[in-house]
Amino acid sequence: MSYAAHVWTHLRKDLRLEWRSKDSINGMLFFSLLVVSVFAIAFDPTAFPGISRQISGGLMTVAVLFAAMTALSQSWVRETQNGVLDAHRLAPAPLSALFVGKALANFLFVSAVELVLAPVFAVFYNLHPLGEVWKLLLILPLGTWALVGNGTFFAALSLRTRNRETLLPLVLLPISIPALLAMIQATTAVLTGEFEPTAWLKLLLAYDVVFTMASVLLFETILNAD
Amino acid sequence: MVNDTSKATASRSGWGLLWLALTLAVLAVGFYHAMTAPTEATMGNLYRVFFYHFPHTILSFLFPYLNCGASLLYLFWRGSSRERALKADAFAVASAEVTVLYASVGLATGMLWARAAWGIWWTWDARLTTYLLLWLLYVSYLLLRSFSAAGQTAVVSAVLAIFAAIDIPICYMSIRWWRTQHPAPVFGGGADSGIDPSMYPAVWWNLVGWTMWGAFVLGLRYAIERRRQRQDAADALAYLGEPQEAR
Repeated sequence: MSYAAHVWTHLRKDLRLEWRSKDSINGMLFFSLLVVSVFAIAFDPTAFPGISRQISGGLMTVAVLFAAMTALSQSWVRETQNGVLDAHRLAPAPLSALFVGKALANFLFVSAVELVLAPVFAVFYNLHPLGEVWKLLLILPLGTWALVGNGTFFAALSLRTRNRETLLPLVLLPISIPALLAMIQATTAVLTGEFEPTAWLKLLLAYDVVFTMASVLLFETILNAD
Repeated sequence: MVNDTSKATASRSGWGLLWLALTLAVLAVGFYHAMTAPTEATMGNLYRVFFYHFPHTILSFLFPYLNCGASLLYLFWRGSSRERALKADAFAVASAEVTVLYASVGLATGMLWARAAWGIWWTWDARLTTYLLLWLLYVSYLLLRSFSAAGQTAVVSAVLAIFAAIDIPICYMSIRWWRTQHPAPVFGGGADSGIDPSMYPAVWWNLVGWTMWGAFVLGLRYAIERRRQRQDAADALAYLGEPQEAR
């Protein structure tokens, strides 16, 4: 089997599990809707359209990030039941394919949540973007991959630690700050139309390439940590 | 065997004490120069905190790379030479803790100085933000160390150290872009717009002194960590039954 076939097998397995349980998408979706409403109550965006454009990019990124974090460690907990993870370690397949497959699956789940969340934002926050909206189709996938790729890696890293649910955000957030910053700035650029998101897109791309490489290279070390 | 080890320990602590005495002497000279340097025109005596702020900030950008190097060495030696790997890990902990220590002092003195120079304690400008992120990264490293399961602390923290070291330059660049795109209120160049030659002795003595102090704390922490590792190994062997010769 080629590397791509291994990745596809892992991806298909995760998609099937999610299709049958729908745990993480439902959880993330409802969680992010709650975050959106709480922020709306806090800032009253419909009263101030200018402010709404300024803050929506940041709020959406934060909502997605928090929602993703609730699902990321769960996606690995599944693998620990019945010693599946040890079976993976014994299997004659590259371990990093497991990481890539799971990161892709998580990426698809979070993207699905974003697809629902974006219209909700437009309605609840009374948004009329002033920039070129199609650029969001580049920004959101790149930003989501940055968060989810690193998130999946660090969820695996904190899998066997004490209180992993607390630890994951503590290690993930400091590392992800450049990606968060770039995603928020690029989205704000599109919404306000005040500046070009190009530089931030490049940064996101560079961040994605560097950290995906680092994760793929170091994943085997993480899984064989003990 | 036991006698040899204790003799080696004794001579090492002798050198350590000598180093400590030398460090304190240099720091005393540094203190003298810092207090006798001419008073600055606009900030008065408050500017003297700069002589402590400068070495701590410079050095807290050096220790992370020692930490990254030690972590890489740990991963490299993990499979082949356990003893060397443990040494690298002890060095990684020590350098991370010294990073957090120096960055904390740098932040604290920086805030004091900002209050004197700009009239506010904090501003989200490029350098301050990057510096705060550096501090956050290494605090999260220490948290990971304390949370992780006993057998895998070294590996997971080494991996995080590599991620953190990659992250620092990206952070630095991205935050510079961020601040140039949304110009913050203008703040003067501060110390980097050049300092008067009469202040050089205070700057250099303190830089050397705090470097020596950092090396001392690092060495001390390294020795403590090595001792803890040996104790853990002895405990583990004791659980296994009769005491055996450690490899």
